[in-house]
Amino acid sequence: MPTLNDYLILSAILFAIGTAGVFVRRNLITILLSIEIMLNAVNLSFVAFGRSLGTADGQIIVFFVMTVAAAEAAVGLAIVIGLFRHRESLNPDTFTSLKW
Amino acid sequence: MLLLIPAFPLVGFLLNASFGRRVSKGVAATIACAAMLMSFAVSVAAVARLVGLPADARAIAQTAFNWIESDTLKIDLTLLLDPLSSVMILVVTGIGSLIHVYSTAYMHDEADPEYARYFSYLNLFAAFMLVLVLGANFLVMFVGWEGVGLCSYLLIGFWYQKKSASDAGKKAFIVNRIGDWGFILGVLLVFVRFGTLDFQKVAGAASQLSPEATFGTLSIITLLLFIGATGKSAQIPLFVWLPDAMEGPTPVSALIHAATMVTAGVYMIGRNAVLFGHAPMTLTIVAIVGTATALIAGTIGLVQNDIKKVLAYSTVSQLGYMFLAMGVGAYAAGIFHLYTHAFFKALLFLGSGAVIHALSGEQDMRKMGGLKKDLPITYWTFVVGAIAIAGVPPFAGFFSKDEILFRTFASGHTVLWGVGLLTALLTAAYMFRLVFLTFHGSRSQSENHSNHDNLLHHSNDLNPSNHSHLHDAPLPMAIALIVLAVGSITAGWVGLGGRFEKFLEPSFGPPLSESRAGLQAGLAEGGVETTLMIVSVVVALAGIGIAAYFFLKNRAAADRMAERFSGVHRVLEHKYYLDEIYDAAIVQPIQIVSEDGLWKGVDIGVIDRTVNGVGQAVSGTSEVLRLFHTGSVRAYAASVFLGAVLVLGYYLWR
Repeated sequence: MPTLNDYLILSAILFAIGTAGVFVRRNLITILLSIEIMLNAVNLSFVAFGRSLGTADGQIIVFFVMTVAAAEAAVGLAIVIGLFRHRESLNPDTFTSLKW
Repeated sequence: MLLLIPAFPLVGFLLNASFGRRVSKGVAATIACAAMLMSFAVSVAAVARLVGLPADARAIAQTAFNWIESDTLKIDLTLLLDPLSSVMILVVTGIGSLIHVYSTAYMHDEADPEYARYFSYLNLFAAFMLVLVLGANFLVMFVGWEGVGLCSYLLIGFWYQKKSASDAGKKAFIVNRIGDWGFILGVLLVFVRFGTLDFQKVAGAASQLSPEATFGTLSIITLLLFIGATGKSAQIPLFVWLPDAMEGPTPVSALIHAATMVTAGVYMIGRNAVLFGHAPMTLTIVAIVGTATALIAGTIGLVQNDIKKVLAYSTVSQLGYMFLAMGVGAYAAGIFHLYTHAFFKALLFLGSGAVIHALSGEQDMRKMGGLKKDLPITYWTFVVGAIAIAGVPPFAGFFSKDEILFRTFASGHTVLWGVGLLTALLTAAYMFRLVFLTFHGSRSQSENHSNHDNLLHHSNDLNPSNHSHLHDAPLPMAIALIVLAVGSITAGWVGLGGRFEKFLEPSFGPPLSESRAGLQAGLAEGGVETTLMIVSVVVALAGIGIAAYFFLKNRAAADRMAERFSGVHRVLEHKYYLDEIYDAAIVQPIQIVSEDGLWKGVDIGVIDRTVNGVGQAVSGTSEVLRLFHTGSVRAYAASVFLGAVLVLGYYLWR
């Protein structure tokens, strides 16, 4: 039976992977995926805390996060498509000015 | 009832200002004249009631409403009719009505809207002037004081399309502002010192004090008030605006710049006689300034060639007389001269207006002459006015001028008396020079002068008619001239036997020192008064004689005199270069300070630089901060992460 600590460690590992992905990858879609990993790492710690404390609060917040993440993914991908049409590139380092 | 007196002209103003441009000239003129005549009728009724009261209770006050109330400052809009203001309202409404009637003919060539505008200003002036003289406290008087200044500005600049006229209006307004500055400071100091602005209360409080031997608060108050009077009444050093004010229509010069507004300063001193009586040093200054003004203006008037300018300097000179009277404590004599002067000076101005009207706008006396036959009514009424101002008995000017000179002599100011007498000589001389140049002699030498002045002066004033076909004053003008001529002869008679003085006495408070009154009585008994009277008559006749010799008999002699004393002549012709001196000493420094100091120094150097500096500082800082905005998303993410780590670390290892 894994304890709360095990869940939190797993969550920290996931979050670190996500963060590293955001920093090191040069593809916007991959970066978005990394952000999803970070979000889910947080979700994991929420439900773990919720279960450990015996309340439903953690799960409710996770539902919220999921909804927002879905919206974010939709908008984010739409922006990525828009950017790609402009620049023929998904490298974030090519998008350094506010207008062109 | 008192409220009606200024209310009628005010209503006339409102009607003409609102609807004047839509109605014909006849309607506009009728409204204005009716307003003045009704005001005159009410004034007569009010004064009749006042005279009916016992001598020591002659004061009718009417409070319209509580105007200002703030802590200890309580000011009611109160009108006060006492002997002093009764003289003033009769002059203002009586002579004002005549001048309104005169104007209906004089201004008849104006376009309809202009005509109504003229009459609305004239009515507004009368309303403010009546508020000025009826006001029972300093602040109500100040409302009228400023109002007449405004109307003076509007009417001097009536022909505003002519630059010299609009300039003259501005000059009058600005010079008056200097005087008003002194006046308002004086009023504030009165409030600080006495805690009230009511004339009667201030006089009551001041009469409890002993006269100031040294230069104290009362002296400062009265001196500041006198500065106001020098502005409004055209005394040294602020008289320069009045001659320029002659750019206005001639009836305006007669009403505002001869008979009524310019006497406001004299009236104000008379109104505060008790206050001034307790500041002997100020009174001395008043007397000296008045005498100096009388002399200087008289000498300038001697050589001017513009008929209205001569009359303007004559007005300044006569106002100097009034201030001399005030300065030697002969308040009643000063007001008496104010009252007689209003008649004959209005008459002279209206007469000159008739001449200018007949000559289609010509004002240069050198181009006139021989008008006696063509303008009989104007000529005879003008001569009456000239004799009256010269001071020949039994015309009005004699009584008042002689009274002033006698009082000056009796009060021990022998030098001032001597200068006053010299001025009387000058008055007679310049006035008859004007008469002889204008009405006598021949106009043959002037016929070949072109009419170009008509275009410069009053291009829209009078219809250009042929010089050879002169017309005497039309009926409304003739009526005004004849009534004023009768007044100029008879107005002085009310002063016989000291009746005028006795009537006014309650307004001036108790005489300051019994000894001086005793001294005057002693002089009168000793035949000094009769001697002085004979002297002033002889002087007046001598002045007329001098003018007759130089300008009637032997005009070449006058030219020779002018050549012989060409230096003096030039100085006089240029009015002692006062305008030039003021320009160099005051106007130019102000312009230089404004341009180089305030504009280029303060405005551009300090204010603009501060504002621009703030902008530049912001954009400079932004220039540096801009470098942090690389636009690299991952750099932002890294900084967010780093920040989160630092915050977390702080809480974990605190």
